Amino acid sequence: MSQTVETTAVRAEPSEGPSTGVRPISWKYPITYAILAVLGLIFALTNPAGARTHFRFASAGDFFEIPIIELPSRPAGWVLAIVLLALAVFAFRQAARRARTGLWLPLLFGILFVLAFLVWAGADRGAVIPLVTMLTGALALSVPLIFGAMCGLVGERSGVINIAIEAQLLAGAFLAAVAASVFTNAYMGLLFSPLAGAMVGAVLVFFSVRYQVNQIIVGVVLNVLIIGLTGFLFSTALSDNPGLWNTRQQLPELPIPLLSQIPVLGPVLFDQTILVYLMYVLVAVLNVFLFRSRWGLRTRAVGEHPKAADTVGIKVNRMRVYNVILAGGIAGLGGSFFTIGQGLAFGKEMSAGAGFIALAAMILGRWNPIGAVLAALLFGFSTSLGNVLAAIGTPVPSEALLMLPYVITIFAVAGFVGRIRPPAANGTPYVK
Amino acid sequence: MTDSGPQPGTSPAQTSKQEGPWAEAEGRLSRALRDLSQTSWLVTVLSVVVALVVGAVLILGANEEVQGSLSYFFAQPTDFLETSFQVLREAYSSLFRGAVFDWQASSVERAIRPLTETMVYSVPLILAGLGIAIGFRSGMLNIGGQGQIILGATSAGFLGYALSLPAGLHVLLALAGGIIGGAIWGGIAGVLKARTGANEVIVTIMLNNIAIYLLAWLLKQDWFKQTGSNQPLSSSVDESAQLFSLLGSGFRIHAGFLIAILATVFVWWLLERSTIGFEFRAIGENPEAARTAGINVTKATALVLIVAGGLAGLGGAAHVLGTEYRIAGGIAGSLGFDAITVALLGRSKPLGTFLAGLLLGGLRAGGVLMQAQTGTPIDIVLVLQAVIVLMIAAPPLVRTIFFLPRADGRPRLKKKHRRRPQAAGTDESASRESTLATADSGSAPTTTQEADK
Amino acid sequence: MKLELRGVTKRFGSFTANDRISLTVEPGEIHALLGENGAGKSTLMNTIYGLYAPDEGEIRLDDEPVSFNGPGDAVAAGIGMVHQHFMLIPVFTVTESVALGYEPTRAAGIMDMKQAREKVLEISGRFGFDVDPDARIEDLPVGAQQRVEIIKALSRDAKVLILDEPTAVLTPQETDELITIMGQLRDSGTSIVFITHKLREVRAVADRITVIRRGAVVGETTPESTETELAGLMVGREVNLTTAKEPGVPGDVSFSVQGLTVLSPMDKVVVDNVDLEVRRGEILVIAGVDGNGQSELAQAILGIREPVAGRILLDDQDLAPLSVKQRLAAGLGFVPEDRSTDGVIGAFTVTENYGLDMYDTAPYAGGPGNVALRLPVMRKAAQTQAERFDVRMGSVDDPISTLSGGNQQKVVLAREMSRDLRLFVASQPTRGLDVGSIEFVHRTVIEERDKGTPCVIVSTELDEALNLADRIAVMYRGRIVGIVPVTTSRDVLGLMMAGVPLDEAKQQAATHHTMLSEADETAEAEENK
Repeated sequence: MSQTVETTAVRAEPSEGPSTGVRPISWKYPITYAILAVLGLIFALTNPAGARTHFRFASAGDFFEIPIIELPSRPAGWVLAIVLLALAVFAFRQAARRARTGLWLPLLFGILFVLAFLVWAGADRGAVIPLVTMLTGALALSVPLIFGAMCGLVGERSGVINIAIEAQLLAGAFLAAVAASVFTNAYMGLLFSPLAGAMVGAVLVFFSVRYQVNQIIVGVVLNVLIIGLTGFLFSTALSDNPGLWNTRQQLPELPIPLLSQIPVLGPVLFDQTILVYLMYVLVAVLNVFLFRSRWGLRTRAVGEHPKAADTVGIKVNRMRVYNVILAGGIAGLGGSFFTIGQGLAFGKEMSAGAGFIALAAMILGRWNPIGAVLAALLFGFSTSLGNVLAAIGTPVPSEALLMLPYVITIFAVAGFVGRIRPPAANGTPYVK
Repeated sequence: MTDSGPQPGTSPAQTSKQEGPWAEAEGRLSRALRDLSQTSWLVTVLSVVVALVVGAVLILGANEEVQGSLSYFFAQPTDFLETSFQVLREAYSSLFRGAVFDWQASSVERAIRPLTETMVYSVPLILAGLGIAIGFRSGMLNIGGQGQIILGATSAGFLGYALSLPAGLHVLLALAGGIIGGAIWGGIAGVLKARTGANEVIVTIMLNNIAIYLLAWLLKQDWFKQTGSNQPLSSSVDESAQLFSLLGSGFRIHAGFLIAILATVFVWWLLERSTIGFEFRAIGENPEAARTAGINVTKATALVLIVAGGLAGLGGAAHVLGTEYRIAGGIAGSLGFDAITVALLGRSKPLGTFLAGLLLGGLRAGGVLMQAQTGTPIDIVLVLQAVIVLMIAAPPLVRTIFFLPRADGRPRLKKKHRRRPQAAGTDESASRESTLATADSGSAPTTTQEADK
Repeated sequence: MKLELRGVTKRFGSFTANDRISLTVEPGEIHALLGENGAGKSTLMNTIYGLYAPDEGEIRLDDEPVSFNGPGDAVAAGIGMVHQHFMLIPVFTVTESVALGYEPTRAAGIMDMKQAREKVLEISGRFGFDVDPDARIEDLPVGAQQRVEIIKALSRDAKVLILDEPTAVLTPQETDELITIMGQLRDSGTSIVFITHKLREVRAVADRITVIRRGAVVGETTPESTETELAGLMVGREVNLTTAKEPGVPGDVSFSVQGLTVLSPMDKVVVDNVDLEVRRGEILVIAGVDGNGQSELAQAILGIREPVAGRILLDDQDLAPLSVKQRLAAGLGFVPEDRSTDGVIGAFTVTENYGLDMYDTAPYAGGPGNVALRLPVMRKAAQTQAERFDVRMGSVDDPISTLSGGNQQKVVLAREMSRDLRLFVASQPTRGLDVGSIEFVHRTVIEERDKGTPCVIVSTELDEALNLADRIAVMYRGRIVGIVPVTTSRDVLGLMMAGVPLDEAKQQAATHHTMLSEADETAEAEENK
């Protein structure tokens, strides 16, 4: 007996021998950094001599006023380019040593690269780059994306692919506007919007769980259905009697004392509507619950290996139904941003593809709440940047920035941004 | 949702589990699509009925007269019923008159014009639908019809007004440009899936949006628009590049419809009678077995989406060269998603897709007249379309709604006899036409079920 | 706890998987359920475990009838099950896996990981399992995963433990350990149902044996029965446990693998510098526990996995630059290890499956570039071959998924053997087949060998290896531990399958017999009497 235990011990060790040395070094990231750094260098080189770039950090009602900052474009461009190059070299060294770098490197690199780009884009344009406005815009554009991504994430973590986020956002926007208008109270819109998203989610699970229809097909069809339905109602009831059904209502902004006074960040993050604060809470709660709670463990089990979950007595399909409906509520809430969140009346197809970007953010964030939020912020920022550039008129077409989220996502799913591993049973109906 | 690319690793933990989750998921997809393709024609007809009922509820709900009569429903229910009946009859009869035959028209020409309009609308739907159907049969969900149509339309249109060539050559070149444009857009997704395992659903959705912005950018460029104006609208396609009219100036029907017929026959031959189609179907049903049998799955995967994209691009090209003549930001409308509906409705079979394209084209054409005459927004067509697909995707639901017994009474496992004897000699399209006829005349469901393979 | 089944029947459509099965498992008893692949053992156990609802009959625990709405109920009643395919989630840790479904929680449903971890440590300490509670399942070897499954069952106070084919993934020595664990559990009062189709194990382990065939109980017996008797009961006719074959007449070396190294998609080395030589008219069996690189080796020979180093030589021709299609054309016959995922396309007809690797060559294709498919020609050929290989089916136009596993495998063999072969490679060619089909497959392979074709057979079943091979190469963690003659003892082979080099294995085996081989020897002695 003793000897058999020994052999087991041998087996249990991690694999030894010459095997480990073969893994090739991945140069993907360093090369990407290098290319971007060279681009930064080109910005620096093409900055007109003596040009200046203006940044505005202030926003109305700041506690203390920050003046417009004026940078000499060319020297600033050079400094940034050199730092970028240094970071790229550092990345090469780390890769050669097979050492991992933290999240700080891509973040820092990204911020510096964007700065270098802005210095170049704003050089001698005669316009001021409104930094705070840009960041506020980025957060605003990210709100529905983040809600949508959380919705997708809860669904897919439990094994149901949700292509209908777009429909859920749109339905949420619609019902929020209508409810707010009827009750002439924006908060009523906030209350009703999750119902709309949840109903779309319910239809999704009704067909995909009960009848095992392919989830992607149901999602695609639901998008068409909700676009048609909201469009139909918009053209009939909402247009016939806009005073009753579709007046503009806006959630008030609720600045948080002290926090909202912080320069730059304060007005961006803490002078927002309750919807945005709800979003902060949602992300935090999801991040904790998904990985540390009974619900999270079971949700992940159902999405990874439903049969295994079933064998320990977890009701797989019930779990999926609840989660997808819950997720629909989240997206519906996010949809309310389009109308009551911004004080707009409902308009046809006003979600304009945000649901698909939310899906992209979820994938890029690797089905992880924090990752998805970062990805959504990135996408929101690139759109906001596009809007600002269109306004100040730069050589870079704003369309290029608007399509950036989609391009990045394609790179991500093609494996250029590390291995993406979705929940294993994602998209698979569970039949005993 | 994303394919993890290479099959799950080979640590002892993973190899012990024979069925990789993705292999299973892929199997599920092809099974789901196969189930779809087994749906009987009866279910299709009933799905349309359900959709019309849902549409009726919407039309009535939005109608003020009906709302008015509903307010005193308990006092005088007949009023409500009468008004409702009137409203519905008007709406659906204008839908029919707009799509098939206008008996109120002043001339014969005008009376049959709706049918030709249906054909006009159906051309891009059929062509793009065939592209989607090829993807489905090969186990790929090509959601990228929209982008592929945009690229096809854009390339074809640009070649159509930017070049000066003799008539026949010009139109051929423009069509070829459309095919290539769509094929490139589909090919990006195909090559990425084949090489890196990138999930085609995600990639094609992203490519749709990229195409929209690409077109928006092009429409700001003077070299592209060639109009000299600031409007985001291109110049008009030269006459030499337009698809010729089939019935003269009173009608919009053009040679694109012939192209759609030819494409349908071609796709049937490709899928059912060619070695390439054999490979497509093999990778669709079971890519692992296909690879083991020596089929170059990488190449076939890429080729599927290239062909699919080419067909969608051709659809976009025919749309521009035959109907629209100018490129605008909304050139593709909702064609891309409609094409998915068409392919689903046609059960991914060529002839089915052709007929489904006609049906949806009819809804479009009829919807236009319905909007003009009764003020019913054309958005209702989207609702009808969505409900039809949801219903045909879940036959048990339709059976429940109509209190029908199970299709065959036999257990599901035994229901797999989907393939008809190949050597039985009956021509496939002929047999399918006859099944459609039986289904249309409303005969017994069992016959249609069995005849429809 | 006493488990009793009375007339349990389970049907799937018109197919009766379990037909009025009655059996009793006494407290503290190891009860073996013996039956062929497809006899209905797993269905029965899934019914006991609440995954299926029985159509007729009842289940009793300690003489109380029970009915389960799902596995949760069964677990609550004290039934635990270790499935043949482990029900573990690869990305979870051991603790998470054990806690799942029975999570200790604090306020607001937040899990108490500390308590869950202690539970794992407590149980694994009690039975001397060496399991790290924080390890991820996918990083654990199969034996350890099995122990996690046992911990899972015990953590829910299982009084009846069902083990479904637990030895399929173990070396003989690991099997020995499992047997010890089963003994410990029995002694602590747990009833054990041990499902297997391996006669040898049954005799070494069980207190009582119930044999089922085609869904029905055909006999109850004790371990004293001989293997021949058990086999007769199990199959329903007299069977030869070994396929009669002449020793091979090996010719020149015609196939060789030199320094072959293959990486997994995760860049782990799965085939590590492997050298092999196979002669004409010789069967080389590659033995080893599942997941030690055999499958990848076979796949590299076929060409669906690209090696990072090494050569594959067939009659001095290097196969490495050739595509799969070219290798098949060069005379490679290949039977993949998983029929349903790699071997056949379920929705395709028998004809199409028959033509699966010849569809684009004459006479099955024609026209320019062989682009047109000639289905009638293919159909005729499929018909002829199906008759030759005795494929039982409705028609060649039926989808192959309507055929039984054995008949599907015959179609695969018919397809591969219809070409002139210069090399035959089969991976687990009999996995999941019934005894009759196994015999057929073995005979076919031996016939091919006798034609002078070099054959490479990957098998995880030691019985099959000993039965079929002329020589046996044992693989462990991607390397060849040794190549030995077929006369080598099971104990030595078992140790080699755990990575012990040949010489050392011989020494160890001489001093420590496994229980199985001891049981084996007594059995042989008895039968010789």
